[in-house]
Formats: sequence, structure tokens, C-alpha cells
Amino acid sequence: MSAAARQAFPVNWWARAGWLIFAAYVFYAVSHLDFTFERFLIGLEHGAKFISRLFPPNTERMALLIKGMTESLQIAVLASLFGVIISLPLSLMAARNLMPVWLTWPSRMIMVLCRSFHPVIVAIIFVKAVGFGALAGILALTVASVGFVGKLFTEAIEEISLKQVEAVRATGAPFMSVVLYAVLPQVFSRFMGFVAYETDANVRNSTMVGIVGAGGIGGTLFAAFQRFDYDFVCTIVLTIIALIMIGEVLTVRIKRIFA
Amino acid sequence: MTATLSIKHLSKSYVAGKPVLRDINLDFGNTGITAVIGPSGTGKSTLIRCINRLVEPTAGEILLEGRDLTKLSRGELRLARRSIGMVFQEYNLVERLTVMENVLSGRLGYMSPFDAWLRRFPAEDIERAYSLLDTVGLAGFAQQRADALSGGQRQRVGISRAMMQQPKLLLADEPTSSLDPKTSVEIMSLMRDLSDRHGFPVIVNIHNVGLAKRFAQRIVGMAGGSVVFDGPPDAITDEHLATIYGGEDWME
Repeated sequence: MSAAARQAFPVNWWARAGWLIFAAYVFYAVSHLDFTFERFLIGLEHGAKFISRLFPPNTERMALLIKGMTESLQIAVLASLFGVIISLPLSLMAARNLMPVWLTWPSRMIMVLCRSFHPVIVAIIFVKAVGFGALAGILALTVASVGFVGKLFTEAIEEISLKQVEAVRATGAPFMSVVLYAVLPQVFSRFMGFVAYETDANVRNSTMVGIVGAGGIGGTLFAAFQRFDYDFVCTIVLTIIALIMIGEVLTVRIKRIFA
Repeated sequence: MTATLSIKHLSKSYVAGKPVLRDINLDFGNTGITAVIGPSGTGKSTLIRCINRLVEPTAGEILLEGRDLTKLSRGELRLARRSIGMVFQEYNLVERLTVMENVLSGRLGYMSPFDAWLRRFPAEDIERAYSLLDTVGLAGFAQQRADALSGGQRQRVGISRAMMQQPKLLLADEPTSSLDPKTSVEIMSLMRDLSDRHGFPVIVNIHNVGLAKRFAQRIVGMAGGSVVFDGPPDAITDEHLATIYGGEDWME
């Protein structure tokens, strides 16, 4: 028997060709975008200057900071709440194991639409529609929440055990009672996890929608950048980091309570 | 004796032209256990599920106290289902609810979803749920979550849930198939006692011929989607069993 016929690790020429093409593309992209070491060194110099101006953090405008942060937090909490209130019936209507196709299809379309754009883009649209301020931010993040939480809720509902549903249906319970007694108990703890996760994401996003004028700390941050108040920028950024960390701790706690 | 339940010319095909049930005709009185035996896939489960229309029959009539269940609208069907209790092979309890909530879900057909959501059950229902739990031997388990129970305990909760409905008829789809032999006997005798005391017929799908003979007053043997034996347990012979299950080697 020849050695070639007993090759233990045959060469995958397609994979090799793929890697070669990828390497060529990386080389092309680097040369095309002026991605040079020299350019990087010049950039580092700017960066050093910028970082040196960040410190010490400026604590003179705490009132402004607190006002912005509270507004961001309110946007996040309200958007999560409204998002969940809309997602609950929507995800039920979108669940293919409980609902007919003519209902699941449009419900899914709504969720896909809500998920199509980045929250900041949705925020721009709402700022145009309802004017500057927190309302636009709340609406934008509500839309984003419906897109994500709705999809997660739907998937959770589609994974439930239908045997439990069948048993409650067989007692002659009305449909909403079947949902309350056989569907909801099966998904409730997962729902709480998703809600905690989405609120966490909304806190992060709510600090950003302000950049396009939709309320919250983002506007203050953007203004500070524009006026080269880098020391105040530093304060804001540190506060945001602290808030996100608190959110993380709370998320873990909430998930544990409802496990 | 007038029949509580009459099945007339019942047929069911999941795929057109391939009937799972062929022209079933059965009458049931107002007490006693009827055991339906037959090989897996012969339509026993379909037969039981056609009665409360968890599976839609293709043709035929199902008369419960003279009323044809197959003709009911969805709303009427829901009201009719309230008087048909059902017990399942895998218990089908809502795992994350308590034993009490599972038992009381037998009353959901009699109250609004809003009251159900707030757990506003009538006091006499709660009273009866407690006494049922005493009857089935689960006193003190009311606040346990269903997923904390053993198989036998779960089936007792399943039976209590069906009993909460104050059924005119109890359907049991292989209620003992997931249980050990001793617990199976306990569950069967519990159903027999409840049937005798409250006066409703029980139709039970069962794989264990010994259990069927021991507890049923009547045995219905099915093969290939048709009834091939219908009579008292003493009348069933090895020849009948050979017709029902096919072959004789397994009887040794």
C-alpha cells in the first residue's frame, strides 16, 4: 500500500486557500487605510496629552453631573419597564408553539423592525419626532428593549413543556388562565434574568443617547468634549463606569433571587 | 342503565387515508374502571384525547350525558372540558407551581383569569383541595413545589387536580407507566376508590395487563386502531391477548 493512500492528516486545500485570501485582504486593508506604525506613534503623543489633561478629575460641576446621571438612570428604568410591558403580550403572540402563523408572523416583524437599528439611530429619529430631551431617549430605548427582550421572551416561551399546557387546557381553563398557570410559571425566572440583563444594557445605552440630544448624561459628556473640559469628561466617565459596575452586581443578585 | 359516555363511529386520521382509529363504538356507564389495552401506537392515547378533544376527531360522535362533544364550539368545548378530568403518564404538573396551585388549577374553568392571577379562589375550593390532599395522602405537602415531589406523589397531585373538577368522567392516559409496581397499584386503587365513592367512570390506557385485570371491571382490547376485545377481565384469554398484541412468545 502506498504512503499517499494512508495519509493520516490529509491536506485541506480549500482551507489553505481561504487563509491565504484572508491574509491578502488584511494586507490590502492595512495599506489602504494608512495604518502605519509611524502614524500610531504620532497618535500616541496626542493620546498622552489627552490623558494628562484628564487628571485630576474636575469635581466643580457635581450638580450638573448628578442631574445628568439621574436622568440617564430614569431613562433606562422607564424604557426597560415600557419595553417589558410591550414585550409580554407581543412575545406571547409571536410564540409559534401557542399561536397561529397569521399572528406570529406580524409580531415577529415588529420585533425585527425594533432590532434593525442601533438605539442611537432610533434616538435621532425620535429627537426629530418629539424634540430634544429625555422623552426621545425613553422612546428610543423602549423600541430597542422590545426588539431584544421580545425576542428573548419569545424564545423562552417556545421552549416550554407543552405537556403542562395541555394538562391545564384539559381542565377547561380559559386561554388567559392557561397562560397564567401553565406558561408563565415555566418562563418567569428566565424572564426576570432577561429583564435584569436588558436594564443593564439600557443603563449603558442611556448614557449614549444624550449625544444626539435624547436626554441624560450623554449630552453633558458630549458638551464637555466639545469645550475641551477633559477633566470634567474624566469625572463623567468614572461615574458611568461606577454605575455600570453597580448594575452588574444588581443583575447577578436579581438573577439569584428568581432562580 | 343509561350511558354517561357513548362513542359512536369514531374515526381519526392524522394523515388523510391512514386512520389511527377506525369506527370505534363504546358505551360507558357511571362507575367503574375500563382499561384500554393494546400495543404502542394502536391509538389508545388518540382515543382518550379525542374524548376531550385535545385531539380533534375526524368523524363520529362522542356523547357525554347525551351531548355531542364533537359538535361544540371552542367556548362550549371549554365549558364541557371542566367536567372531564384527565390524568397523564408524566403527571404534567406545572413544575414551578406549588402542590396547592396545581390542585386548584382544576377550578380554573370556573373563574376569571384575573381572579386566577390573584389566586382568589373561593374558600370552599381551597377547603376541598386540602381535604383531597388528605385523601390522596399528601397532607402537609400543599406548599411544596411540584418539582420537589416523587413520581407517585406527583401522580397523586395529578389525580387531585382532576378531582377538583368534580368530573363526570375521568380519563387516564397510562397513569402508571412511569411508576414502580407498588406505586402503580396504589395509584390504581386510589382511582378505583374515587370512582366508586363519587360515581364517575374511569377510562384508563394501560400497558400492564395484570394491573388491568386486577382493577378494571371491563377491558377493551385494541389492535390496529379497532376494538378487538370488549368484556370483563375474566373473559380475556391468551388467544385474545395474542390477537391484541400479536404473537404468543412474549406471554411466557
